[in-house]
Amino acid sequence: MKVVYKSQTKATWCPGCGDYGVMAALEMAFKALKLPPHEIVLVSGIGCSSNLPHFFKTYGFHGLHGRAVPVATGIKLANPSLTVVVAGGDGDGYGIGLGHSLHAMRRNLDLTYVVMDNEIYGLTTGQASPTSTLGAKTKSTPLTGVIEAPVNPLALALSAGATFVARAFSGDPKQMADLLVQGIRHKGFALVDVFSPCVTYNHLNTFDYFRSRVYKLESVGHDPTDPVAAFRRTLEWGERIPTGLFYRAERPTYEDLEPALKDGPLPHQRAGFPPDVDPLKEFY
Amino acid sequence: MVFKVLSGNGAQAEAARLARVQVIAAYPITPQTTIVEALAEMVASGELKAQYVKVESEHSALQVCLSASALGARTYSATSSQGLLLMHELLHWASGQRTPMVLGVVNRAVAPPWNIGADHADTMSQRDTGWIQFYPESNQEVLDTVLTAYRLVEDPEIRLPAMVTEDAFYLSHTFEPVDVPDPETVDRFLPPKDARAILRPGVVSRLGSFTGPDHYVGFRHQVAEAMDRVLPKLQEVESEYARRIGRVLGGPLVGYRTEDADAVLLTLGTTSTTARGVVDDLRSSGRKVGMAKLRVFRPFPVEAVRQLARTVGRIGVLDRSFTFGALGPAASEVRSALYGIPSPPSVTSFLSGIGGRDVGPQDLRRVFEALLVSEAPGPRWMDLETSGEVAAHG
Repeated sequence: MKVVYKSQTKATWCPGCGDYGVMAALEMAFKALKLPPHEIVLVSGIGCSSNLPHFFKTYGFHGLHGRAVPVATGIKLANPSLTVVVAGGDGDGYGIGLGHSLHAMRRNLDLTYVVMDNEIYGLTTGQASPTSTLGAKTKSTPLTGVIEAPVNPLALALSAGATFVARAFSGDPKQMADLLVQGIRHKGFALVDVFSPCVTYNHLNTFDYFRSRVYKLESVGHDPTDPVAAFRRTLEWGERIPTGLFYRAERPTYEDLEPALKDGPLPHQRAGFPPDVDPLKEFY
Repeated sequence: MVFKVLSGNGAQAEAARLARVQVIAAYPITPQTTIVEALAEMVASGELKAQYVKVESEHSALQVCLSASALGARTYSATSSQGLLLMHELLHWASGQRTPMVLGVVNRAVAPPWNIGADHADTMSQRDTGWIQFYPESNQEVLDTVLTAYRLVEDPEIRLPAMVTEDAFYLSHTFEPVDVPDPETVDRFLPPKDARAILRPGVVSRLGSFTGPDHYVGFRHQVAEAMDRVLPKLQEVESEYARRIGRVLGGPLVGYRTEDADAVLLTLGTTSTTARGVVDDLRSSGRKVGMAKLRVFRPFPVEAVRQLARTVGRIGVLDRSFTFGALGPAASEVRSALYGIPSPPSVTSFLSGIGGRDVGPQDLRRVFEALLVSEAPGPRWMDLETSGEVAAHG
């Protein structure tokens, strides 16, 4: 039987939005992994990209701005057998919610975090975001352009302890789907940062801008097990920007180390009194 | 003096420009964003000499304003809904630190479920944070209220923060002609901020020190005393505004055709305009009704409400939000204010316009009709009593 992942809700993104590429790649990844929709939870915060859970027939949680990762943390701790994918944008994950992102990485929770990075606040119609380019003129920076150094999400993820760090581009959904498959299979925190251009409010970081700059790390023999090499690649920006898998490492997940989960997911454990009450009876 | 066609958000920005604010810290959120966008443009064009910073969250936006204000700057920020809720712990900080600042709040429903329509749950749930709260009904009143609010909060006897709200979309995104006073006139009404900053050069002092039970209560009581001085001071400030600018704002409770009324409806924000029209209609058909706009919710104008109640048989209170487990928040306050007066009027709590529902003349006519026939306390969820079609497409 054919499994349907997409819901009947039509995406409301602008025509040509990079987020359509992410939606397509995510569907491809779910299909490739043959995941039952009822075992997937899509979690998001606020922003155009955070509308994504509405467009899938999986479980969904459209939470508060910047708080998608804590929502996912709670879900994963209650039931680690679920596949939990967090989706959001650069404002959500690298701005208001940056603190949460770093702590989830350091805990190495088994989550996959897809950040649709368009270098702008799209939903509020065009203010500078934490990844906006230096000098970029936006509605919040009309005079000088951006004067704050942009966040480097991949370098941050590496230093925060994420165990799977990748970058994709909406113009290449196949590569993205492949990275998402790897990221979901990976046991631990997987960050997939996606260049997902905003065609309405960002006229600098466009599809053409990225298409003319991106190259694939596997084409240059990058070793994703080497953290120093990975870090060096995260600093590449400008005429040539790498995509693909930067880094992967094996490290126990938070769930592996959490004593309360040693007998399996909480829903599968017996609730209520401890099963062995005899010592208590004797005591009294 | 010049008329400009402004949205409510445009009126907030114009008022902040006229107030010559010096530090603006903001984070975008619908439907507030166009306020701070307009200010960013004013700063970029040189129309307004201020520092504008777009920070990483509403929490940071308010904190930047609080710190800048402590050093003596006149500050402005604006937010809505979840943004205001995220500011919550700093709202308490602002009043505790005795920060004279003005915050624009575009009233929007709170999640879940997500909704961006007009609803007062965001500001009503901040009523105990020590902020003065204004609920204007028009874009003109937004501008006038922001200017008077600065003068009020910077008075050395007050030194408290104030929020000036606007109903989402009904004011924030709706344009009307606004009489914008000229800057020199405003300067005479609102001189540069008193330099008595909390932190001053040469005077070593600290903010946020630990205070034991021996002194803590004293600080809290000072905030309470300052709040008690707000309404008398507001009267002075509004008189001065009327003298200099020529518009009368009317104090915390503005009655309309309340004389000899059998029933009076209290309203907040934009429903006031609609209610006034409905009062005229009903009066012309011989029904003795009136309305009163509650312009100031904190501090609550207890005396004005008691005064009104002396001549009125029934009071209805129309809230655009609900206090779960009680009534509409304004209705609760009105009842409490009337405690102990001889033969008090009945008070009925009506809820209407929740989550952006339109409150039209037909809706308010139903409210008045209910009020004229019944003293039932409510709460009545008027939005749920409308036809299925309206309910579905509200």
